[in-house]
Amino acid sequence: MRGGLWLSETGGILRTWLLTKAWLLPLLLILGFAFSFAIPYYGLLDPYVQLILMYIGINIILALSLNLVNGYMGEFSVGHAGFMSIGAYISSILTVKVFSASSAAWLFPVAVIAGGAGAALLGLLVAIPSFRTRGDYLAIVTLAFNMIVKSVLENIDAVGGARGFLGMSKLTTLPLVFCWTVLSVWLIRNFIYSNYGRGVLAIREDEIAGELMSVNTRQVKLLAFTISSFFAGVAGGLFAHVLQFINPRMFDIVKSTDMLIMVYLGGIGSIGGSILGATIYTFLLEILRPLGIWRMVIMPLTLVLLMIFRPRGIMGLREFAWFLPKTARTNRLAQLRKEGEEWRS
Amino acid sequence: MALLKVDHVTHYFGGLCAVSDFNLLLKPHELLGIIGPNGAGKTTVFNIITGVYRPTEGSIYFNDIEIKDKTPDRITAMGIARTFQNIRLFNELTVLDNIAIAQYAKAAYSPVEALLHIGRYRREEQRIMERSQELLALFKLDGLAFEQSKNLPYGLQRRLEIVRALAAEPRVLLLDEPAAGMNPKEVDELMTFIGWIRKEFNLTIILIEHQMRLVMGICERLVVLDFGATIADGAPHEVQGNERVLTAYLGEKLKV
Repeated sequence: MRGGLWLSETGGILRTWLLTKAWLLPLLLILGFAFSFAIPYYGLLDPYVQLILMYIGINIILALSLNLVNGYMGEFSVGHAGFMSIGAYISSILTVKVFSASSAAWLFPVAVIAGGAGAALLGLLVAIPSFRTRGDYLAIVTLAFNMIVKSVLENIDAVGGARGFLGMSKLTTLPLVFCWTVLSVWLIRNFIYSNYGRGVLAIREDEIAGELMSVNTRQVKLLAFTISSFFAGVAGGLFAHVLQFINPRMFDIVKSTDMLIMVYLGGIGSIGGSILGATIYTFLLEILRPLGIWRMVIMPLTLVLLMIFRPRGIMGLREFAWFLPKTARTNRLAQLRKEGEEWRS
Repeated sequence: MALLKVDHVTHYFGGLCAVSDFNLLLKPHELLGIIGPNGAGKTTVFNIITGVYRPTEGSIYFNDIEIKDKTPDRITAMGIARTFQNIRLFNELTVLDNIAIAQYAKAAYSPVEALLHIGRYRREEQRIMERSQELLALFKLDGLAFEQSKNLPYGLQRRLEIVRALAAEPRVLLLDEPAAGMNPKEVDELMTFIGWIRKEFNLTIILIEHQMRLVMGICERLVVLDFGATIADGAPHEVQGNERVLTAYLGEKLKV
């Protein structure tokens, strides 16, 4: 017992220290940004490792976007790959067919945002059935949405149909992925720690009670779905310009399941969780690659074990202190100090 | 003038008539009790007033505005807040967040300001948090502000639910069995408590309750429901002797 006491007290001290040193975060971000430039420029890392780092960034955006709907709002979307594909296709069409070859590079952010906006528009459409249906039923609606998007894309010859679409240059770079990831995390964090974010949490906890406490649940759901699908679209745009080739099959239910795994592995309702989940999952997939087909046994098995021993994921409903906005941080600090005093007395 | 007017409201669940031809005129500052046996339709009346159910027939006016077709969040924002028969707090959230959520409609900033944390965001959030802390301090819950609400003892959860309803700044407060699970001493405290919030927050209150001690103690007027129909309406002592009320509660007299 004493060991446990000691552990939780040191944990408390560590957490208090991290909280008071929140200025370290911008410092780390600047360092990270510098590295994201230096790595490809000086060839510090193997191109293969660089590729994985980019996937991690993209997957963080994906996981966080899905976490907003599934983790924070408590709805169950299983069709987020649909939004991703819209972003991928729109941005690819823009950079290949609309923008001239010389301007495509610096207009790339515009293409990514346009992809996100297209996905957001569809997100609005998916939000409407969520007014009335919840849980399993909404899962079926989003699943159907995923299938529809895939079939539609397969049948549009202008974008290559089932053969896929290619011709993109490799416009996604490591610093670009870094910036997009930081920006996405920041925006989603801000949304969650706002009045609308509290509305999102109220819907998860008790939708009817939320509505009766003056939360405009329709508005909140529209916003959450729109923002979530926007970032899924952004991730799609970045993804398409890493791979330089996309086809509709890449964005089927399997891709959606990947996102679900990242969210539930890292932990629902947690930004830190999504970052961890996306990072660990992407790494594991690569590390286990030599195992071949066994990979598909070990990964699910890990998940089953995780669900048994940590059903809410690694970070479930908890948050790294650094991701909290200032007021929430001060509150957390006050609480930790209070708990610390209780421990000592 | 009536603050709240329920006009010939009838509500069916499938073929079952839950409330039939219900009428109510609520004057400002009144403290009204709704009593009746289990299943008489008391909570259904609350659900109809707060917009959870849209009544099959009839209309409801709040401040002379028809609210029958409005959504629950609009109705609450207009000034009718409620508590629940079985406590419905936002369990995983902190006590402070529970209170802050009830001020959703009071926060005046746009989604863009929320995403970027700019403009009115800072001022509005500060105002909401200060207001929440104020309320918690007033009800002696401030020491528990960052506790998850599910960890609170039963009595405090009940109190928090009332504070949460008050955070929405209502003019009419609907209390659904506030004394459920309380012993006589706690009921006495609750009576003082209800009297106090009524004066402090300038409230008009409707309460549903089974505990006669509470109902007879503080209500100025009682409405008695049975099988969805109003069988009595009047001052507590009038209702107490009413033949139909006695029948509803105790059954018919044996004819010997």
